[in-house]
Amino acid sequence: MSTITGVSSVDELPDPEGHRPLHGDRASTGQLGDRLFGGTARGAGVLIIALVTMVAVFLLSQALPALAADKVNFLTSTQWNVDATPLQFGIANLLWVTVFSSVIAMVIAVPLGVSVALFITQYAPRWLSRPAASLVDLLAAVPSIVYGLWGLQVLGTHMSGVQSVMEKLLGWLPLFQDAGIDASSTIFTVSIVLSIMVLPIVTALSREVFAQTPTLHKEAALALGATRWEMIRTAVLPFGRPGVISASMLGLGRALGETVAVMVILSALADGTPWSWSMFNGGETFASKIANNAAEFDTPRKAGAFMAAGLVLFLLTFVVNAIARIVIERRKAFSE
Amino acid sequence: MNIQSRRRLACVTGVALVGTLALSGCGSNSNTTASSTAKSTNCPSGTLDGEGSTAQVNAIQQAISDFQTTCSGATINYSGTGSGAGVKQFIAGQVDFGGSDSALSNKLTAGTAGTEQTNADKACNSPAWNLPMVVGPIAIAYNLPGVSKLILTPAVAAKIFNGVITTWNNPAIAALNKGVTLPSTPIKVFFRSDESGTTDNFTKYLKGSAPSDWPAATGKKWTGKGEGKDASSGVSDAVKSAAGGITYTEWSYARDDKLGIAEIDNGAGPVVLTGPAVSMAVSAAKHVGTGNNLTLKLDYATKVPGAYPILLVTYELVCSKTKSPAKVPLLKAFLASFASAGEQTKLQSIGYAPLPAAIQAQVRTAIGALS
Repeated sequence: MSTITGVSSVDELPDPEGHRPLHGDRASTGQLGDRLFGGTARGAGVLIIALVTMVAVFLLSQALPALAADKVNFLTSTQWNVDATPLQFGIANLLWVTVFSSVIAMVIAVPLGVSVALFITQYAPRWLSRPAASLVDLLAAVPSIVYGLWGLQVLGTHMSGVQSVMEKLLGWLPLFQDAGIDASSTIFTVSIVLSIMVLPIVTALSREVFAQTPTLHKEAALALGATRWEMIRTAVLPFGRPGVISASMLGLGRALGETVAVMVILSALADGTPWSWSMFNGGETFASKIANNAAEFDTPRKAGAFMAAGLVLFLLTFVVNAIARIVIERRKAFSE
Repeated sequence: MNIQSRRRLACVTGVALVGTLALSGCGSNSNTTASSTAKSTNCPSGTLDGEGSTAQVNAIQQAISDFQTTCSGATINYSGTGSGAGVKQFIAGQVDFGGSDSALSNKLTAGTAGTEQTNADKACNSPAWNLPMVVGPIAIAYNLPGVSKLILTPAVAAKIFNGVITTWNNPAIAALNKGVTLPSTPIKVFFRSDESGTTDNFTKYLKGSAPSDWPAATGKKWTGKGEGKDASSGVSDAVKSAAGGITYTEWSYARDDKLGIAEIDNGAGPVVLTGPAVSMAVSAAKHVGTGNNLTLKLDYATKVPGAYPILLVTYELVCSKTKSPAKVPLLKAFLASFASAGEQTKLQSIGYAPLPAAIQAQVRTAIGALS
């Protein structure tokens, strides 16, 4: 039945038995369900932002007094004297080792992970792809202490041969010069173990993205005469690029923050060791230095110095993720 | 027939289950039999909490388990959170006793109005006492295949850990070890990258006995050269897998990893690391505490023949007049058992040295005076 204006008024007037219109199951109108779910989603989003803000505020509040009392340049100094009263600490060494080890780990893990994902989705027969995927995911279930011990005692014993070959071939580059550290405890060994830890993350996410490539694109490429590799290069990889970048950023976050494996494998350097660019050097990352000294945070100033290091790691991960987001957003503008 | 056989199966299963449960109750608890045959010691019941030094964790766990076997009504908890945390928690009144690698210090604590000793005295409302309890020998452990006996003097050790001597067949080392063929392997020094009382005492030893060869500062943070590894297990494992490696670590770790342990010649002849040799060095220490406050000042340059000079002493920090009187009997009983001659001798099997008898007696007197 319509009103004068032609709008249906069935929903407005009471029905023949005198019941209110649309009473009974209110959820069927969508109002309550909408409010509940929308509220929950919004609350979850606010909660996450609040958590991140609280972590940032905690780090800042602990670190600022120590930073203010620091007598040397925080970003460029290699000293770390936080016990005596003239506080002198700088993170140049820590920043270099953290970034360097993570970059080498990603250089190894990303091509390897993408290749494994391509194999699982594009090349492997159906009966192989599921078990292969589970096996790679199993790598993520191994605890980091186990990785650390394995890296030190199993992988480390084979590294001296590899290291001497690399030094002989590429030793003219400062990146590959010998630094006198035992071959099982160098940044290079740690990076290899980190890459194995990051591999399941990169592979799992890339696998999901490649599996969602529109079949239309793939068929079109094949129909135009592309070989399997050309089809992957023109249809699958460009589609999956934002996903692969996301996966790499997640993996990079894990590599930057990895604590126990680095603590067990990497040899710390004595104070006053001269700076070296080599990947066969030792050192400490932010996470391993904080974990190593966590039992001896005697004074608030000392704890503050370590919190400042943690703050730098926090900001570093933040910046890296922001860059990744920008790259992905720009890619999205060009894909459909 | 079908129902009957099913019922029979259910009956048999039920009897089997009940039988298993009943028979499992027949196992004897070895703890109860031991306590019934133990001589009647003073056994108060209650709970004690302590925390602090990690160097004495193994010793105190052994003492706790021995005490709890004889006194089943007592529960004593100790967590190795580090000497710094132990002192802090003791001053804050959160624990009944603290464990620390060094006695409460007399230097101003940053952020408070006093020293650790005065702050503890204030928190206890009575003098806080440092009771030496555990003697941990520090071994200079090395890995040189083919060299089973190595003699080092403080000067040569300082030069090795400073990076001045870099190969094993250096003339300075060879002069101390006549008749031993030393290989030309480079020396790989490993140090503790975490802050530790072992580093503190080792650097104090080097500075105390060879000050001209060890100009660097002493402290919980390593000031020499080498590669840093985490915790005693880290340095010991590193030396075990690196030929030519050398480090300073607790005696038990060097023994368990079957590393070579150097003999130390402090000026009175080479001394092998044994429990009695370390106790002799503790006897040579000076008492700098007054009355029942038994702080020791170790003489690292001791020339007492047969004394092994590299060690650390951990103290139990207690309030002379505790704030919870109900716990006093248990505290006194536990500490007395810990300081008893039997327990101290038992600790040798896990890599500690016994306190000399004279100091044991002084510690027991102090424990008796707790109230």
